[in-house]
Amino acid sequence: MEYMNLFLKSVFVENILLAYFLGMCSFLACSKKVETATGLGLAVIFVLGVTVPSNWVIYELLLKPGALAWAGLPNVDLSFLKFITFVAHIAATTQLVEMFVDRYLPRLYSSLGIFLPLISVNCAILGASLFMVERDYTFAESVVFGIGSGTGWALAILAMAAIREKLTYSNVPTGLRGLGITMILTGLMAMGFMIFSGIQL
Amino acid sequence: MSNEPQTQHKPRFGRTEKKLIKDALWDQNPISVQILGICSALAVTVMMTTTAVMCAAVLFVLTFSNMIVSALRKWIPPQIRIIAEITIIAALVIIADQFLKAFLFDISKQLSIFVGLIITNCIVLGRAEGFANSNPVVPSILDGASSALGYGWILMTVSFIRELLGSGTLFGFHVIPQAAYDAGYENMGIMVLAPGAFFVLGILIWIQRTLSERGGKKR
Repeated sequence: MEYMNLFLKSVFVENILLAYFLGMCSFLACSKKVETATGLGLAVIFVLGVTVPSNWVIYELLLKPGALAWAGLPNVDLSFLKFITFVAHIAATTQLVEMFVDRYLPRLYSSLGIFLPLISVNCAILGASLFMVERDYTFAESVVFGIGSGTGWALAILAMAAIREKLTYSNVPTGLRGLGITMILTGLMAMGFMIFSGIQL
Repeated sequence: MSNEPQTQHKPRFGRTEKKLIKDALWDQNPISVQILGICSALAVTVMMTTTAVMCAAVLFVLTFSNMIVSALRKWIPPQIRIIAEITIIAALVIIADQFLKAFLFDISKQLSIFVGLIITNCIVLGRAEGFANSNPVVPSILDGASSALGYGWILMTVSFIRELLGSGTLFGFHVIPQAAYDAGYENMGIMVLAPGAFFVLGILIWIQRTLSERGGKKR
């Protein structure tokens, strides 16, 4: 129940995109078509589900103050290295995932292909890992949090892509076209998602 | 906008340098035109103080990453350049983060993860990849600094509007007189929350694009 609550919270209440603004760049760039949005959304869920727990393992076993006690170095604090380790790990994981999907699931690869490398510089991925550290999640919580935030992001980009497809038929003022109207729509969507705040299981 | 006169005060700059700066500040502004680095632009703009610190951190990281990438551009093999660039950027961000933790602890707590997210801020990698990688050191520094300023002025404007309307303060000082509150004025709660950021930035982009289109037609 506790995990269900965390999942719902990370999907709706604390939506990583609409409440914390993470992953805006690819959200704005890839939300023109529902098809691309679906592909990118799935890829983000997958990568977040993999990298957040594995970054948890890295942080707990190597970087946390006192984490190196098993190696006989109880006073070492490497937590300042978390940025560089997480980024390197995320880049390596996306590369691995890409190779794996290419080898065993070629159909999925052809639909996700171009998005996988893009993801390694998506701030949502690094942001989720940093949130995981900041909020002291346990391993199980970090799995749920990773998948939950991925789902929230995918939901937001899908909704936005659907709105933007409809938007082609409306007459928007010239200066507002493209980025401007997308920002305002995202604002309206964020307002909609705020309704969920306070809901607990 | 206050940054505009800078371009005229330095006559020893040639035309290319002037164009470089003007592009970064207005015509090719990283946020409103190139859509880079939006994430942090929205998240840190509730209070002007935090925004100013964030802009300074970005200025530091962007200038030095451009300088280092450009200085090393002949030694970095093209196949691994992205990872080399990310390593350089991450190292600089760690320096900035440690500095903030040591000297401005309260603000670094407020910025929380967003200092770390400068690493994945598309502006930094975008400038390293798009400019510093193929240009000499001095123009790269200039490009980095002016991109950061272009990013900075939009952020400061957004946070000015959000803080003024959302909490009635500027840099933490109350500017809206008590009399106004007595007369029934209320702070707009929405400006402090996420949607406010989206609306302000959307409208700002609208204004900026309309203005630069007008300018284009006149020329």
